[in-house]
Amino acid sequence: MTNTLNRTLAPEFRAIENINLLRPEKKSLANGSEIFCFNSGDQELVRIEWIFNNLRFDPAKPLLNMAANTMLTDGTASLTAAEIADKIDFYGAFLSVDYGFEQSLVTLYSLTKHLDKTLPVVKDILTNSIFPQKELETFIRNQQQKLQVSLQKNDVVARRTFNKALYGDTIYGLTAEVETYNTLQREDLLVHYEQMYQPSNCTVIIAGKVEQKALDLLAATFESEWKNQPAAADITQPKVNHAAEHFYFVEKPEALQSAIRMGLPFINREHSDFPAVQVLNTVLGGYFGSRLMNNIREDKGYTYGIGSGITSYKQGGALFIATEVGADVCKAATVEIEKEINLLKTELIPDDELALVRNYMLGSLLGSLENVFSHADKFKNLYFSGLDYAYYDRYTQIVKTVTADELLKLANQYLNFDQFYKVIVGKY
Amino acid sequence: MVKFNRFTLDNGLRVIVHEDSTTPMAVVNILYDVGSRDENPEQTGFAHLFEHLMFGGSVNIPNYDGPLQKVGGENNAFTSNDITNYYITLPSANLETAFWLESDRMLSLAFSEESLEVQRKVVIEEFKQRYLNQPYGDVWLRLRPMVYKKHPYLWDTIGKNIEHIADAKIEDVKAFFKKHYNPQNAIMVVGGDVKLEQVKELAQKWFGPIPAGEKYTRNLPQEPQQHEVRRETITAKVPVNDVYIALQMPGRREKEFYAVELISDILSRGNSSRMYRNLVKDKQLFSEVHAYVFGSLDKGMFVLEGKPTEGVTIEQAEAALWEEVELLKTHEVPADELTKVQNKTESTMIFSEMSLLDKAMNLAYYELLGDANLFNNETEKFLAVTPAQIKEEANKLFRKDNSSTLIYLAEQTND
Repeated sequence: MTNTLNRTLAPEFRAIENINLLRPEKKSLANGSEIFCFNSGDQELVRIEWIFNNLRFDPAKPLLNMAANTMLTDGTASLTAAEIADKIDFYGAFLSVDYGFEQSLVTLYSLTKHLDKTLPVVKDILTNSIFPQKELETFIRNQQQKLQVSLQKNDVVARRTFNKALYGDTIYGLTAEVETYNTLQREDLLVHYEQMYQPSNCTVIIAGKVEQKALDLLAATFESEWKNQPAAADITQPKVNHAAEHFYFVEKPEALQSAIRMGLPFINREHSDFPAVQVLNTVLGGYFGSRLMNNIREDKGYTYGIGSGITSYKQGGALFIATEVGADVCKAATVEIEKEINLLKTELIPDDELALVRNYMLGSLLGSLENVFSHADKFKNLYFSGLDYAYYDRYTQIVKTVTADELLKLANQYLNFDQFYKVIVGKY
Repeated sequence: MVKFNRFTLDNGLRVIVHEDSTTPMAVVNILYDVGSRDENPEQTGFAHLFEHLMFGGSVNIPNYDGPLQKVGGENNAFTSNDITNYYITLPSANLETAFWLESDRMLSLAFSEESLEVQRKVVIEEFKQRYLNQPYGDVWLRLRPMVYKKHPYLWDTIGKNIEHIADAKIEDVKAFFKKHYNPQNAIMVVGGDVKLEQVKELAQKWFGPIPAGEKYTRNLPQEPQQHEVRRETITAKVPVNDVYIALQMPGRREKEFYAVELISDILSRGNSSRMYRNLVKDKQLFSEVHAYVFGSLDKGMFVLEGKPTEGVTIEQAEAALWEEVELLKTHEVPADELTKVQNKTESTMIFSEMSLLDKAMNLAYYELLGDANLFNNETEKFLAVTPAQIKEEANKLFRKDNSSTLIYLAEQTND
């Protein structure tokens, strides 16, 4: 029987037909915060996220959003930083704070049976944080030291330089220096905290094995004593301005490798072309078999890795290409990158390649739905872009049907290499 | 509790099946029982370079990645000092594609000169990116040969130096494949939206005909116990000073391993840990501080690491780290504190069951340790550790003559 096995022939396969996304149940608390609930899974645990829109960026005090979020676990009127950590760790829970350009998060992972012990700690940090002066000083000193280490990394410097060029003096373009940390004042943090961390600026997402008891506990813990301030949070942001200069070279004479980051302002998720340009991006540098990887890693061996991506923010997105290449082949690599972009604009993507990319993208979407947390993450993408679940229906439809002709047109419309911002850190 | 079934093919391939119908995906994880510890000391970095070559086409299939991506699958691999692990995630309807691809490269590779040529370059760039062009990136290249004098853990998986990679020949690649890449040296886990009978059939069809190959018998020089203080100080282009103290510790299969791992948790896991609280927050001697273990199959490494804050001397920093670990030798850890790190371990295990790929990798690894079901018993072993055992292990571990200290001094610049 075994001699009939033909190993040169691929087994038959099926394309992915549909992708089922779990949708949340929505509840509102009397204090104005909204709760979205994803109930699924066998493990007796939940993840709860409290998500707040950042306040308007103030160039004179640029670190407030980040510092207020990061220091939430550093002490309240009733608990020291050490006590907060003790209470959370003792119950095997995980409490983290995550600062993003647009939202800041507080996330709790907890076994369901311990929610009655862990939720009150979260309530305390959201209602009673005091940003102790001593903790602030420690925070500033440690952040300054971490920054010094990061600034030695070429890829970090390239990303900062790129963001600054694309987004200017805004929360997206901020490139804090060691001195910038000295602008942080406790009084400013307290004012910021009070305005930002109020129920009307909060979206709660709970995912896992969510029983009614857990929801009741959540409501009971947060509804009564967490009040809104007289003034709503100012979550508008200054307008982004792109720099006039498009080329940046930061020389590091002893570099073994150069970091390259290039790209341009781009459409965001809300734009109707977004799913189609994601197909284009995947072809270019969005997966392991992409053109950039094939050419610059697998064919030339210039790099360990190269990729492209599209970021989507409220005020627009960015398409970027990033890599670290041997310092001696940096120029050659940029020439190849330009070649690959021009190819997308002049030649139709062959059928085989496009079919592969379609299936890869759908498989990747299906595979990204690993558990109930990932379903909640997909919802976050939609909700904070002001979209609904029709987006993913349209996304899968377009990935399946967009034609090579359309992609060629889109490449010409969106990928003008002369408009690219180019950053090199290392040798050129 | 992760349920699974197990069977072995006539050629020696061990197969574990974990059915999980909550996902539309399947994973295929293949662990080869070979790591950088199995390398020739004159050809280090080879296991990892070889991992790259496994993607350069097999005997009947010229391109590995393309056909997988075409059916909506993704894959990757990693090499450690002990193992080389390959994994695929794909829609379960296309499971057979994974069997087709993985069985062909277990049967034989294409051994293309061209692929070797390119992957040598790629790995050299990886060497530069991760080890040479980063502040402190060369730490394991320096510290491993201090901790190990005989055992092949003395080199990192990337290799001792770039020359070893640059000199790799196609004959070496072929010999390495023959020695390590056969059904007897592999463990396959198939998980997700799959059925046991289906996996049996596919395994027999695609892997059954592969010759068993020769059994590799591992006979590595074991590392003698350390009885001397080892230290090295280097001045480097780093922004701040850094202190590393590495200590020899029990291997992954020793019963003492569990207490030692909990010691690292007591010292530095989370914001309630001792070193973070005392050294970063209260005494403010460090901007960051860590304790962690390398859970190696043979004798492992326990590492203490910290970046002292400005104005703190290296002597003060070292003394402070030793003071923390001395306490564990002289005083039993309070029951509450031990319970805390045990609870954390327990919940981490439960959280890890949320990820299909993690489960598959763990089942393969524990099968290598002796029995996949050890994965399910792991939590109990951590929960059974007592304060007295913590103290006993701390006394064995934290001896100056069991330590290798590496100091990075920031080069003084004029700007």
